[in-house]
Amino acid sequence: MSILIDENTKVIVQGMTGRSGTFYTDLAMRYGSDYVGGVRPGKGGGRHLGLPIFDTVADAVAETGANASLIMVPAHHAADAMIEAITAKLDVVVCVTERVPQHDMTRVKAALQGSRTVLIGPNSQGILTPGACKIGVMPTKDARQGPVGIVSRSASLTSEVLAQTSAANLGQSTTIGVGGDAIHGIGFTDALRRFRDDPETKAVILIGEIGGREEEDAAAYLQSVDYGKPVIALVVGRHAPKERRMGHAGTLSIFGLETADAKAKALRDAGVVIAEHADDVVSCVKRAMADA
Amino acid sequence: MFLSEHKSKELLSQYKIDFPEGRIAKSAEEAESRSREIGASKYVVKAQIAAGGRGLAGGIKFAATPSLVREEAEKLLGKPLVTEQTGPAGEIVGAVYIEAAVPIEKDFFIALVLDLATAIPTFLASSKGGVEFEQVARMNPDVVSSIPLDNDAAAIADMLKSAGFPDEQSVADIVQSAARAFVEYDMNLLEINPLARTSDGEWVAVDAKVGLDTNALFRHPELEALISDDGLTKAERIAQENEINLVKLDGNIGVVVNGAGLGLATNDMLVDAGGKPANFMDIRTTATSFHIAKGVELLLDDPSVKNILLNVHGGGMTVCDTVAEGVAFAFSRSSRRVPIITRLAGQGSEWALKILKDRLLPVEVFDDLGAAVARSVELAGGRA
Repeated sequence: MSILIDENTKVIVQGMTGRSGTFYTDLAMRYGSDYVGGVRPGKGGGRHLGLPIFDTVADAVAETGANASLIMVPAHHAADAMIEAITAKLDVVVCVTERVPQHDMTRVKAALQGSRTVLIGPNSQGILTPGACKIGVMPTKDARQGPVGIVSRSASLTSEVLAQTSAANLGQSTTIGVGGDAIHGIGFTDALRRFRDDPETKAVILIGEIGGREEEDAAAYLQSVDYGKPVIALVVGRHAPKERRMGHAGTLSIFGLETADAKAKALRDAGVVIAEHADDVVSCVKRAMADA
Repeated sequence: MFLSEHKSKELLSQYKIDFPEGRIAKSAEEAESRSREIGASKYVVKAQIAAGGRGLAGGIKFAATPSLVREEAEKLLGKPLVTEQTGPAGEIVGAVYIEAAVPIEKDFFIALVLDLATAIPTFLASSKGGVEFEQVARMNPDVVSSIPLDNDAAAIADMLKSAGFPDEQSVADIVQSAARAFVEYDMNLLEINPLARTSDGEWVAVDAKVGLDTNALFRHPELEALISDDGLTKAERIAQENEINLVKLDGNIGVVVNGAGLGLATNDMLVDAGGKPANFMDIRTTATSFHIAKGVELLLDDPSVKNILLNVHGGGMTVCDTVAEGVAFAFSRSSRRVPIITRLAGQGSEWALKILKDRLLPVEVFDDLGAAVARSVELAGGRA
């Protein structure tokens, strides 16, 4: 089992015919994911990588029965692409595109209101259910099926922690990158809720960092429920000089950046096990699972 | 990115918002002659740095005459100003902004931000504006009222009234103008504090701060001149041009890492182990090995760098060998042979190691991240 995507997920790619679109679609198909078509306005009727190309997402859905999309279009088209996918009622939409203007997200968020779509990203590495489906650009070499759910703000740390869990014979149920931008789709709390409902997920790793309110919101959620499985968190940026913006696009707050220590404390108070460093996440997971 | 005060005001001056008459000056002499041009009965001399908290830190001075303006400018220019937002080293004051002093009756605060959960532009207001606003608001967040901008004018007027603003059309007009500027220029912050009501009943924006979304600058080519001086060091700007986010720090361990999260994690580990990083580096997924070589060269050019900690977890977009090629290229163009404490994992790690060894680079290889960090700290002279 897994969350959001599995072996039955049918994926289309918006922007498949571009260089990155071609490369990552090919990799995901080789991984065994069920990719069923691509969208490129003006190229409908053609074929690419052996798959049919459509002018619109609606056409692609009608023809192929797709229920998920991978968006790999340039930043200035990304908002329209996300809105088109949301309007076509896809279940999962992953936007990998970096540097999407923040004001464009106003329209995207409005389209998400009341829709059935879960948006992942933008500026996300995507979502991976090992052995079943990959929608994104993350490496799969070290991924194994298993009991650990991962939700993260950082692609590089997800790869790092995922490799460590696999090396310790702890595979993953699903890994999700919420994206590095301040304004994004699915967040920690929604991901935690879904991992809680997934019987195969036995523990959840949350990878956070300075800035934003993701970690505080997750802590408030965990305080409000009996979560029932261990949650282990790594919050990086403890020693980032506070006057300099380091890390992701982060978050603008007129009342200053939220510190890593404050976030770790909020999570610890909510019963989360805090890993001090990137290389002791797995030992924390093992201990927490043994205690559970 | 944040614009300094005078640039924020320059951008906002095309909207219906009144500012005190002001001039920028980069020397004390210039400050005096600029204040004569303004010809006011009293002046304010304001240090131009891109951080807030200037008022409490002594960065804003009043002066009665142009010659006193000159004296105050002399004291500020070329010196670091430490505010609660700059960090301990402060920021060097390169220019001062001279303004006609305004006879303020009461200070207010207004701001526009994007709500992170909904992405809806949101209007904030407080009747407790002024230099101490940030402290006051932190202690008691209730002094700030907020309302999403998709509400109608009547709802915004009600909010202003309950926030303690006088019921005057000119306030509503300023809010409308600010909202237009916020959306039209893709701002992620527009703050006017204080928004002053003068003793004659005029409303004047005494200070203003604009944050621009750098991802939206492609829509605003006209802003190029305004943002040319972005406060980055030369090395940081070269890095930016080469698809690398670099932040210079004052330590002696050069750090080469892919990804912001892994970069922050590495920085935490180095500092906890007693090390002093010379930089933070985040190699963007769009960087080629030539870009990365430029970034590594910037570290080799820094004489305080004793060794380089190369920590790469090859991912879907940046593989280890791309980074190794970049490192090798930088070393081939430099006379410095500082040790490269190397820890490679993930995509392309074996190939990357082969590249580094074939080029006979001074690498020390570790599988374990903690061990690599400890070695790097030891080589750089141990615990601080």
